[in-house]
Amino acid sequence: MMKEWFRNGKQALGVSCIMFVLCGLLYPFAVTGLAQGLFPYKANGSLIKVEEKAVGSEKVGQAFTAPYYFTGRVSAINYNMYTQQDTVADANGEVRYSGVSSGTFNYAPSNPELKKRIEADIEAFLTANPTVKRQDIPADLLTASGSGLDPHISLKAADIQIHRVAKASGLSIEEVNKIVKNNTEPRTLGLFGEDKVNVLKANIDILKKMKEQN
Amino acid sequence: MWQIAIILAIYLPLVILAGHYLFRVTMHQKTFLDPVLDKADRLIYKISGIKQENMTGKQYVLALILSNACMIFVGYVLLRIQSVLFLNPNGIGNMEATLSFNTIISFMTNTNLQHYSGESGLSYLSQMLVITFMMFTSAATGYAACMAFCRRLVAKTDTIGNFFVDFVRVITRVLMPLSVGVALLLVSQGSPQTLSGNQTVETIEGKMQDIALGPVASLESIKHVGTNGGGFNGANSTTPFENPTAISNIIEILSMMLLPGACVVAFSLMAARRKKNTLFGKQGLAIFSAMAALFLIGLTVIYAAEQAGNPIIDSLGINQELGSMEGKEMRFGIPQSVLFTAVTTAFTTGSVNNMHDTLTPVGGLVAMFNMMLNVVFGGKGVGLMNMMMYVLLTIFIACLMIGRTPQFLGKKIEEKEMKLIALCILIHPAIILLFSALAVATAAGSGGITNPGAHGLSQVLYEYASASANNGSGFEGLSDNSYFWNITTGLAMFFGRYLPIIIQLAVASLLAKKMWHSDSTGTLKTDNAMFSFLLAAIVLLIGALTFLPALALGPITEHLQIHR
Repeated sequence: MMKEWFRNGKQALGVSCIMFVLCGLLYPFAVTGLAQGLFPYKANGSLIKVEEKAVGSEKVGQAFTAPYYFTGRVSAINYNMYTQQDTVADANGEVRYSGVSSGTFNYAPSNPELKKRIEADIEAFLTANPTVKRQDIPADLLTASGSGLDPHISLKAADIQIHRVAKASGLSIEEVNKIVKNNTEPRTLGLFGEDKVNVLKANIDILKKMKEQN
Repeated sequence: MWQIAIILAIYLPLVILAGHYLFRVTMHQKTFLDPVLDKADRLIYKISGIKQENMTGKQYVLALILSNACMIFVGYVLLRIQSVLFLNPNGIGNMEATLSFNTIISFMTNTNLQHYSGESGLSYLSQMLVITFMMFTSAATGYAACMAFCRRLVAKTDTIGNFFVDFVRVITRVLMPLSVGVALLLVSQGSPQTLSGNQTVETIEGKMQDIALGPVASLESIKHVGTNGGGFNGANSTTPFENPTAISNIIEILSMMLLPGACVVAFSLMAARRKKNTLFGKQGLAIFSAMAALFLIGLTVIYAAEQAGNPIIDSLGINQELGSMEGKEMRFGIPQSVLFTAVTTAFTTGSVNNMHDTLTPVGGLVAMFNMMLNVVFGGKGVGLMNMMMYVLLTIFIACLMIGRTPQFLGKKIEEKEMKLIALCILIHPAIILLFSALAVATAAGSGGITNPGAHGLSQVLYEYASASANNGSGFEGLSDNSYFWNITTGLAMFFGRYLPIIIQLAVASLLAKKMWHSDSTGTLKTDNAMFSFLLAAIVLLIGALTFLPALALGPITEHLQIHR
């Protein structure tokens, strides 16, 4: 019996070591090499550059505060965005940004905090967009995404912001409409997924247009 | 709705194809990759000293446990010292002891429950050498166990097959080639694959944003192909880098459905091996149909629940046409999200593309119930073995009702097997319900609950169902990185994995040693639609009897509360 344990143990150890090298090292290195060769832009995170400087990734959403930019979905982690101030402890000893993460609030449908958060956001949104009616706000804009990094909003969520964005940026409604249209990503093959607008890309176009007009 | 139907229609030919390939790999028949891989395998056997001799059931289990033990030991050490090793560009520290214990058990048992967050908890080396490595080996272990089980059902001897050979062959011939292909497809959709550290960019509003990168795609592919489910990032496949587009979502869904289904097809071919040119053996088809029926029922219910939305959000007066979007991603919407959820819990992968804690109560119930049944296709290999326990039970019950001798594939089912089968079926609910009771009864356990009311109990039930079913998804609100949760879920995963495998292989060994009887007119037919129906009914009946009281206190209560 002992002999059998020993014999099996030796083979088990041997096969474990080989698989460490094969699955743990060779495989990821090989895939990295292939990916970097075939899709260098995507393999490095699809970073968007404005004037030769990376300002974000087209796959990752961002929070926007200026009224002339479209706002994205609610994020539990503020899209991993911060200022220098947020990384040091404030008066209460709290650090507002403690490192990169992902996730959502995890509020159950029955959680009263969920209702409170959405109610507050509705009021804030209606104040910022006085022309919009409450029943026209699509739920995706005021619900939190699962990752906290969702780069998209629905077409409706973009539509109801066009008036505000045009007014604040000094662009015409037609120009903003066109920017939304250019950054709309339709369902794949007209079928899979949802129609959606990439918020960061739309906002970069708005920035460019505003610079042109000045 | 249409997109779901089309994805499922694409799945059918794929799974049959994969099943035939898996059958050839298991039975050592010729495949197109042999010229290269035969040499590679021989080299691996030689270096690791594998003697390719047939094993008895007992020897097979011993080899399985010893090799898993080796990997657990080395992996644990690596996590504890990761900060001083190389490939750690983001300066991650060592992992705490109980969290390391939980993580290692989690990945070795194919569960992938994560009480850490990948971005801040693991170095790139650990992501590769521990996580990616264990994703391959745990899937291969489950597959090997399943094939040993199936072989014994159709063989006349208990000395058949070698664990190490099965283990190596499935990695080199199935998991590795598939993973490389899927990884490249995912990169083409926008998943990063790089060894350089995270990027910090300055946004157009002058703020800073950290963007987490890394060797994501290589982990992501085996995560689904091996029905593992542990994400590179904390939020798993909801994050844009793990699942960038609707196409990547479909690729991930099909990858996790492929091999568990293929195991059933491979078994069907083994059982029908005397007939030449079978596309899908009748016995396997009967089991596959029962699984598919249970899956479709769950999918329909969850789709309806999520599309209907949250009545509390409706009451606030905003437009909920898109369905319940809290915790979901815009690029997927409801159809792609619910299909992912149904698949990940039925095929016990455990990756998520929306946050299950935020599912509507009925949607969450379906996800939970899939894991409580643990036989709706189930994880790679072990799902079929679990279903086989129900197959044997169904035959036994049906034969008792009509007064015939229970017999399956020519082998009589007798007292000793039935005792083991009953034990095996009881382990899973016992783990879930007893640990849940312990958690809500103690302060250390209930301290992790973050949602008030009935949903708090759902969080607990879900966590243990996920651990014991070796699924690994979570109601992520639960603050589960504490001694209590790390240790109890670690034990739940460990017992939920190894006890059933040992018992199931014991049952197979007992059957393998029996005399073979040819079917007579008095034998219960087990390969027709009637049997599929009986099987699905028994699974549902036992599942409902066991779990209904707990479900009534959790999700069903919550549903009634928000629909007042």
